Amino acid sequence: MEHMISLFVRSIFVDNMIFAFFLGMCSYLAVSKNVKTALGLGIAVTFVLLVTVPVDYLLQTKLLGPDCLVEGVDLSFLAFILFIAVIAGIVQLVEMIVERFSPSLYASLGIFLPLIAVNCAIMGASLFMQQRISMEPTNAQFIGGVGDSIAYALGSGIGWLLAIVGLAAIREKMAYTDVPKPLQGLGITFITVGLMAMAFMCFSGLNI
Amino acid sequence: MSKLFSEENKAAFSNPLNLDNPVTVQVLGICSALAVTSQLEPAIVMGLSVTVITAFSNVIISLLRKTIPNRIRIIVQLVVVAALVTIVSQMLKAFAYDVSVQLSVYVGLIITNCILMGRLEAFAMQNAPWPSFLDGIGNGLGYAIILVIVGFVRELFGFGTLFGINIIPQSWYVSNGGWYMDNGMMVMPAMSLIIVGCVIWAHRSINKEAK
Repeated sequence: MEHMISLFVRSIFVDNMIFAFFLGMCSYLAVSKNVKTALGLGIAVTFVLLVTVPVDYLLQTKLLGPDCLVEGVDLSFLAFILFIAVIAGIVQLVEMIVERFSPSLYASLGIFLPLIAVNCAIMGASLFMQQRISMEPTNAQFIGGVGDSIAYALGSGIGWLLAIVGLAAIREKMAYTDVPKPLQGLGITFITVGLMAMAFMCFSGLNI
Repeated sequence: MSKLFSEENKAAFSNPLNLDNPVTVQVLGICSALAVTSQLEPAIVMGLSVTVITAFSNVIISLLRKTIPNRIRIIVQLVVVAALVTIVSQMLKAFAYDVSVQLSVYVGLIITNCILMGRLEAFAMQNAPWPSFLDGIGNGLGYAIILVIVGFVRELFGFGTLFGINIIPQSWYVSNGGWYMDNGMMVMPAMSLIIVGCVIWAHRSINKEAK
């Protein structure tokens, strides 16, 4: 239990998807123009993460790992294809749910909802999970069960949500500032994210 | 032969290198551009891997473009890309193990690199295999150029080396009685965002007249 809480907190602050690994940058930069849409996308990403990471964890440990299916056969090279298939399927499901229950959110997310399938944060979380299974159990990043993988997925999702809502809030205010012309839009957004990442760097010494 | 290198084909190759650069103009494939660039060598390996995968997935999808049903095209594209990435990842593990360890999950993340999906959707689905191949190479190299610029700056100022070879003379360092110190900030992830921001700034101010 302690380990799960530590994993959860670490993945929000220390191993933040955006600020430590730059995962999910494309939609992060494109959808962060207002807080409401950003919040919607953040929740969708968190939900997709919460489903895909435990499913991929079970696939990795029960099907693909060494000696799982047939003695002496290691199928982990198939991980990329299987993981992306799981993700694409679940994103399709989320798209249907959002369209049914919140048509306005569906309209404002537009193309970025189906594009969650190619959001690196989702794929990245599954690949990091695969990497963390083989770590030492004493390591703070170790994932040793379905519970751990859920804690990790939830933490990463909330970390991503925090990052995108924060950036959206800053960009809403920044609309009134006088930025040099060539730097406007993308350039200044990058520098803002860089400064936010520096602020998050002070969590890296955090020892839980 | 002249048909193979017509004006249009040349444009498909050369536009993404500068005016239509995938990273600075189309804003695709940012994630890996930031994460693997703390040193020059992984940056170059990553750039080449992406170039190869973009070119060949463009060719394959372009060959299949008339047979893929429109509704399931995303899944077909993802499977083609995932298969190519698996091949490249296994090759890297076999022939360049150290670099593949440094790149860690970012090789797998080429699957979700927006440059690939963007080019497949925008170009390969409408064009013949040969222009698609050139477009893939062009976009891959355009991406690689940005990676090399960022990797160059970060490695030179962060470690004082290029490709792991010392560039800043040892006698300049404070520890040897000189005046120079490596900028530890450059090694941090936050700095790569700011450098890419500055590259975009420079790129836009240079190309202002061209547009």
